[in-house]
Amino acid sequence: MDVILFLAFAIIAVLCAINVVVQTHPISSAISLVGVMGSLAVLYLLLGAEFLAAAQVIVYAGAIMVLFVFVIMLLNAGSEGKKGRSLMAQLLGVPLLVAFLALMAYFVERLFPSTTMVHFGGFTGGGVKEIGRALFTTYLLPFEVTSVLILIAILGAIVLARKEMD
Amino acid sequence: MHLLNLDSFIVISVIKVVVVFAVLLTVLAYLQWVERKVIAHIQVRPGPYRVGPHGLLQPLADVIKLITKEDLIPPHVNKPLYILAPFLAITMALLSISVIPFGPKITVDGYATYMQLTDLNIGVLFVLAVSSIGVYGIALAGWSSNNKYSLLGGLRSSAQMISYELPMSLAIVAPLLISNTLSLRELVEKQSGGMWHWNILHGPFPQIFGFLIFMIAAFAETNRVPFDLPEAENELVAGFHTEYSSMKFASFFMAEYANMITVSCMATLLFLGGWVAPWPAKYGSSYVPVAIFAAAGLIALFHGFQSAHRRDRLSLPVVGVTFLICAAVFLLPMVQQWLLPLFWFCAKTGGILFAYIWIRGTLPRFRYDQLMGFTWKFLFPAAMLNLLVTGFLVALRP
Repeated sequence: MDVILFLAFAIIAVLCAINVVVQTHPISSAISLVGVMGSLAVLYLLLGAEFLAAAQVIVYAGAIMVLFVFVIMLLNAGSEGKKGRSLMAQLLGVPLLVAFLALMAYFVERLFPSTTMVHFGGFTGGGVKEIGRALFTTYLLPFEVTSVLILIAILGAIVLARKEMD
Repeated sequence: MHLLNLDSFIVISVIKVVVVFAVLLTVLAYLQWVERKVIAHIQVRPGPYRVGPHGLLQPLADVIKLITKEDLIPPHVNKPLYILAPFLAITMALLSISVIPFGPKITVDGYATYMQLTDLNIGVLFVLAVSSIGVYGIALAGWSSNNKYSLLGGLRSSAQMISYELPMSLAIVAPLLISNTLSLRELVEKQSGGMWHWNILHGPFPQIFGFLIFMIAAFAETNRVPFDLPEAENELVAGFHTEYSSMKFASFFMAEYANMITVSCMATLLFLGGWVAPWPAKYGSSYVPVAIFAAAGLIALFHGFQSAHRRDRLSLPVVGVTFLICAAVFLLPMVQQWLLPLFWFCAKTGGILFAYIWIRGTLPRFRYDQLMGFTWKFLFPAAMLNLLVTGFLVALRP
């Protein structure tokens, strides 16, 4: 049952991810990305990280992607026209992609050789308590620094937007 | 009973799913009748009266009308998203009922089961996640209709829902801090023992402000008056569902009412103690439903016998006798086990739903900038302050 669910949602995630690139209209791409987020949440759930799955849906699918869709709707962006591709891209695109993936696989294999098999539901640190404890003890500094960084980004965006308004 | 454990689990689950969804869909249809009746009486007119006694068959007639209407797809819409949007809205609206507990553990014919479809240990987050996906239904409907009114309605609703989700989530966190759990069932069990144990009155910091913030944000989340800007008919025709007809329109309509029910259930569970009676049974709380139904039955009988309308002389005594039978049923000891919690849950949820309708009949609509200013400048800081104070007091609790 777990394996069937895993395969189904992994395939959906990959198909949606391909669809993000293939679609010419930004809204369709954004909706496909929501599909990717949703399937990833199901994969987290299969591993036993239920809080992470819920957070994935609430934060990424529910907040960030809604903002994306909102901005696309607000700007009323139309679909992209297909331009003629360069000869280089047509010839070398697929072989370079395969080479890149092979390199990635090689480095992952080299860097994490002793990684054990992942079991469905075997991850126990995914509860609210564990994540909360980790965020407020082990990872307190990175967590706070990240939040300050995001605050700076928001302030920067406001400053840039105000200049245009005046 | 030598059924395999798994088999009886599946059978019980299927029965529960069927019962819950049948009841939910009926309540959805009749909530609309109640709304029309209450608003009509607020405005001193009779409301639906023609189909069946007191318009009681009106929802059925509406359903038949909506199903048999022509399902028109306008030529310039983005077809896949136009069709996807109502499905998304109604699915997400109906999905969240699956984690709502209606009562405690009950035993039916030797089989113990919970009055809930499934108990997730992240139940609260599940409801939040599902409702945040529901935003897409409205946003996509507005965009894919290819109509400026729909687009404006969709834009308004997505902006409004994102903005009000923040104070709502912050208001939800405070009772979770007090109860120290994310499971809706445990949340209610921690509030048992009477009114003064409910989160709205109990704890290091009574959540009365949290409750008010949650309710205000919930009104905005469900696009109801006074926050129904996405479908402000005098500026936007019908807002995001202008181009929809037949069952697709009905899906949005049902989604709105289903969201209202979910939000009322959540308010009941988080702040008002779920299915717990306002005071313990040893002080006679189990006779309250009997008293209420008996009083309602007697009033209906009294009015029925001296009514000026000929029709009421038949219909009101029937209603009165039905109420008296209900009152008698509440006295039977074998059904009290599950009927009493169900009564209290429905009473609290129904009270909140009535407040929804009452406010719709009372308040005018906000202006759009007032709506946004209200959430960011008042509601969000207030929710933050409420959370901070609650957090401090919970941390200092011995």
